[in-house]
Amino acid sequence: MKYRNFLSLLAIAFCFLFVACGDDSATEVEVDFDFSGEYTLSDQMARPAINTVFVAAENKDDFNTTIPADQGGVYAERFENRLLALNPGYTTNALGLDATTFTSILASDVLSVATTGTTTFFDGTNVLTGRALADDVIDVELLLIFGGPDGTANPGLTSDNVAANDKEFLNTFPYLASPW
Amino acid sequence: MKKLAIFLLSAGAMILFALSITSADHIDAPAVTGTTMDITDYFAFESPANNNNMVFVANLQGLLSPTATGAAAFDEGTLIEFNIDSDGDLREDMIIQAIPRDGKMIVFGPTPATSIGALSTIETGATRVEVDITSYGETAEITNEGGITVFAGPRDDPFFFDLGAYQAVLGGTATGFSNPGTDTFAGTNVLSLVIEVPKSMLGNAATLNTWVATKIKR
Repeated sequence: MKYRNFLSLLAIAFCFLFVACGDDSATEVEVDFDFSGEYTLSDQMARPAINTVFVAAENKDDFNTTIPADQGGVYAERFENRLLALNPGYTTNALGLDATTFTSILASDVLSVATTGTTTFFDGTNVLTGRALADDVIDVELLLIFGGPDGTANPGLTSDNVAANDKEFLNTFPYLASPW
Repeated sequence: MKKLAIFLLSAGAMILFALSITSADHIDAPAVTGTTMDITDYFAFESPANNNNMVFVANLQGLLSPTATGAAAFDEGTLIEFNIDSDGDLREDMIIQAIPRDGKMIVFGPTPATSIGALSTIETGATRVEVDITSYGETAEITNEGGITVFAGPRDDPFFFDLGAYQAVLGGTATGFSNPGTDTFAGTNVLSLVIEVPKSMLGNAATLNTWVATKIKR
């Protein structure tokens, strides 16, 4: 008990000490985390599955660390070759884009997002105005790669027949469903 | 049928060397696959709850089974950065940065980018919002400060795709997708970072070019 009393006294003494110190704001030091140093690009993405579908295995790391402003110059032709290897019968797609135009857009991997109105990868009306959680982006890409000018070519290849996520999304933040 | 056969042959030849292919960006590249830097997916959309706000989502470390999810963690050496180009030159004008420290995700921005390109420093002078990283099994921890709302922690992987059928097609063992398909990502989790900001913090451009990056400390 005696020892405990001593500790209490000590604690009280410390309290006074800190109050005294607290009056002098110059001695208050807020310790923050360390945010110093440089951080270098490791991985990046914008449109879904672009690296997966269009970049050859030996270039995947390079594509992930080539900044978007430089990607087009390095990858546009490679993407076109890849598109024509995937679909040798490619002429144009449902957006009316020939192979060169389509792949030159894809090679600069940024996701355009509209600041007003509907944000969707494709909803039947709006094209590439963002990407919402429920967007069936794989079907959109398959259709643009394999579907030809009116979307009817290669019917077995233009949809993976998985149209929705395995859990419902939320209407409120954080929108993604809770984990399994 | 002949055209399809030709397609399958050429596609098969092209892809044989890359059969470990996956999607959307899940384990897309050898240097980052299976690491804390690996971005699996990216979303940017108008807030379903408030049309004055924009939502950015970065998902990392995909294909987490429920039993593996509890051990998955954000890495204090990996900076997550949303990049926003508002003038069409494909270089970031605004950024939102997030980095974990001591169980919290610390978010800086949106703020003008001061270092453009592959190298970044943390914009410690920018607007700062912190949120406790939500643990597996815990109710979502959410911080809303100054109009910015932040969540970081495990969620269901929102991506859906019959990857198995895709690989079978590319490998030449199937002529098309199955119907119905099978969602390869069903029942798996990711580590998510969700940030909602007022659109007014993103400038006046009608269209933004956006992407997400992970950057590691040098």
